[in-house]
Amino acid sequence: MSPISSRLKNGLILSVLWGFSHTAFAAAYDLREGVTEMSRRIQGLHHLSLGVCVVVGVIVFGVMFYSIFAHRRSRHPKSADFHESMAVELVWTVIPILILVGMAIPATTALIDIEDNSDADLTILITASQWKWHYQYIEADIGYYSNLATPTAQINNLEPKGEYYLLEVDNPLVLPTNKKARFLMTSNDVIHSWWVPDFAVKQDAIPGFINEAWTRVTKPGLYRGQCAELCGKDHAYMPIVVEVRPEAEFDKWIDDQRLARELASGQAVADREKEWTMAELMPIGEQVFLSNCATCHEPDGLGQGTTYPALAGGEIAIGPLEVHLDRVMNGKADTEMQAWAPQLSDRELAAVITYERNAWGNITADVVQPRTIYAAR
Amino acid sequence: MVTRTEDLIPHRSPLLAFIARWLLTTNHKEIGTLYLWLSFTLFFIAGAMAMVIRLELFQPGIQFVQPLFYNQMVTMHGLIMVFGVVMPAFVGLANWQIPMMIGAPDMALPRLNNFSFWILPFAFTLLLSSLFMEGGAPNFGWTFYAPLSTTYGPPSTDFFIIGVHMMGISSVLGAINIMVTIFNLRTPGMTLMKMPLFVWTWLITAFLLIMVMPVLAGAVTMVLTDRHFDTSFFSAAGGGDPVFFQHVFWFFGHPEVYILILPGFGIASQIIPTFARKKLFGYHSMVYATASIAILSFIVWGHHMFTSGMPLMGELFFMYATMLIAVPTGVKVFNWVATMWRGSLTFETPMLFALGFVILFTIGGLSGLMLALVPADFQYHDTFFVVAHFHYVLYPGAIFGTMAAVYYWLPKWTGHMYDERLGKIHFWTAVIAVNLTFFPMHFSGLAGMPRRIVDYSPQFVDFNMVSSIGSGLLGLSQVLFLYIVIKTIRGGEPASTRVWEGAEGLEWTVPSPAPLHTFETPPPFPPVMESDVNE
Repeated sequence: MSPISSRLKNGLILSVLWGFSHTAFAAAYDLREGVTEMSRRIQGLHHLSLGVCVVVGVIVFGVMFYSIFAHRRSRHPKSADFHESMAVELVWTVIPILILVGMAIPATTALIDIEDNSDADLTILITASQWKWHYQYIEADIGYYSNLATPTAQINNLEPKGEYYLLEVDNPLVLPTNKKARFLMTSNDVIHSWWVPDFAVKQDAIPGFINEAWTRVTKPGLYRGQCAELCGKDHAYMPIVVEVRPEAEFDKWIDDQRLARELASGQAVADREKEWTMAELMPIGEQVFLSNCATCHEPDGLGQGTTYPALAGGEIAIGPLEVHLDRVMNGKADTEMQAWAPQLSDRELAAVITYERNAWGNITADVVQPRTIYAAR
Repeated sequence: MVTRTEDLIPHRSPLLAFIARWLLTTNHKEIGTLYLWLSFTLFFIAGAMAMVIRLELFQPGIQFVQPLFYNQMVTMHGLIMVFGVVMPAFVGLANWQIPMMIGAPDMALPRLNNFSFWILPFAFTLLLSSLFMEGGAPNFGWTFYAPLSTTYGPPSTDFFIIGVHMMGISSVLGAINIMVTIFNLRTPGMTLMKMPLFVWTWLITAFLLIMVMPVLAGAVTMVLTDRHFDTSFFSAAGGGDPVFFQHVFWFFGHPEVYILILPGFGIASQIIPTFARKKLFGYHSMVYATASIAILSFIVWGHHMFTSGMPLMGELFFMYATMLIAVPTGVKVFNWVATMWRGSLTFETPMLFALGFVILFTIGGLSGLMLALVPADFQYHDTFFVVAHFHYVLYPGAIFGTMAAVYYWLPKWTGHMYDERLGKIHFWTAVIAVNLTFFPMHFSGLAGMPRRIVDYSPQFVDFNMVSSIGSGLLGLSQVLFLYIVIKTIRGGEPASTRVWEGAEGLEWTVPSPAPLHTFETPPPFPPVMESDVNE
């Protein structure tokens, strides 16, 4: 037997029938094992139900194919004349019920454990919006946004795609090992769904409601997932990355975040005191625009039809400054244009508005200062 | 004396006469033909949209369409396939066959029948026109979850809402007509428990339709008033609940998926005994199993919403109820197999499609059982595993079922035998392509690929390439189907009255092609079958 077909055969027999997933073959075709107790139990449940389905399929199709072969007209010219049998009907009603009970028991016990959200060691509020995640550590009072980090050039096939194309973010969620982390999920706009396959956690984030889920990860590492519920244009571009660190490193990370927040507030004061020039703001603004605004308004500021209006020569971008400031900072209600004031710093907002008013042939010559933004908040 | 539509049309210009004939017809066979051609046309339109989807997914990155347009394709493909292809195809088959199978001269309400059909071209023109509007067509998936469809829906959402209302009215009227026909126009002697199974499954489907289409109408109406009249049914900010939308939608949506499959069960139950030359093994249990599936369909809707934050008790209830559906479904599959057992089987194209239906639908049913297990569903939900599952039940189920029916009854409709060699080529191409397209989706889903995404991580590329190649072949195989149908209409070996050696039932006692008006007086039942065979 050739190595490939023997690997194929081994993989099939092992993974499908008995649920071992050690061969390379099985790993590519199997539900992943993951890194939590729940993900492993769910994989076991998957193997059980798949095994039952394969056995049922083999028996039913086996009988059928035998009949197709042996009872075809050329071999079996005269058909039998039997029909209606209460006994047979009872047998093929009762046996499936017993099999179903056998599957329902482990599913029920696993589900009861999954739905037990009590006794968490730390709680993280996950707020979804189009098309990013916000993580808030309730106890440590730290919060930040997590955005797609894959460059647009890779998406548009202008650059080779990286190893973690579409599964990379700027700021991953950080979790400690061996702690029960409870997630509270909600959304600011439409329904999203937070899913990390290695944790077997998938929970919808619904505007106006808070859902719960939890995980406990034993192995440090980077785990990747995606938004699972259609949430508009950039549904494909809303990845999740979780970095699990040993407990001591996690504590240090929390301290670092607190320090960084203080430094940032010092930086914000300095930004307000400084008089910025257009030459300083434009490159910062361009960067902010490309990473936050260009997905809808396009890098050339031409937008996409009436849904995502053009900024080049756009009514607001060359109109009165106050209106422009208000639109960027507070967004437009009930549209995908969200409020950016909570998401960007004074300097970033000042820079991006300055950029929009002076790029792509817009010539307002307005230079927006961070202190103007601060005053408008 | 019967007044006939064709006598009322003045013979002026042939074009005018042609239009008037089809616009004004109240004949069940002509209206059946109209339904089937509408379905066939929309099948190619929605299929072309699937081709766009598969073309974009052939490789990671954005190649052919922008994300917003991709979402429109996903939405329109689903809506048109469900409401424009499968449902009209089944109503078309019902129109042609039910009166002939129960020995009725026509449908009970012929003018209503004409109205039910002629709503549809307008409904779909309205829906398709949204592709050319500012802001594009609906882009929130055929499930139109709030608030993506309410607050964030494009302006064309209103056209979608009116279109769905029109389709709903058409479906309800069609269902009422079918129920009234079946209850009142059966030939004397044909009691309910002697009706052909296709008629039984359609009767049960009609009940499902009149119960759930109004629920869908309620859902779209609430979306409309949330959008324009300041109500907050689905907005938490106003005291409503986005999850309430999902409950309403799936209360419609789950019976709906059985609407899309039950007539297919009926078709398989007509065809398999014919080509096994043996009676259906358990007629009574088939009827009871169909009814059980229909009743259970009303208490399982929550299994579409396991990740929406449902309480433990709700999850358990919907899991157990969903698993129970496997029992009557199993009864049906076992019955088909027992019918074949020790029969005298031949494998003409209708039989091939019916067997393809049974095998591949069973695969889809088994993956449905896997999806019922809530903890595992947390991993499968909203991934390509689900896409694989429902395409396995819908393509080999509803579509292969319809194709089996068309090959089975086309000689009766046209008076010509189709080209058996081409029919077999069509079957084998389609069955290979269906598996090539949809089987790898199980694996991409298990590997972690969410559904409805325009772009994906390169780890999923192999599975997606195979799916895309398969879908291209699948699309081509249906062009062959179109060719076969047209060729059969234009000519071919004349079909006999009974057409198939093992065929039983009243429709095989009328000449081929079936005259425009059949059974103006009730035929005797059980029918006297001619034993002339076309060979």
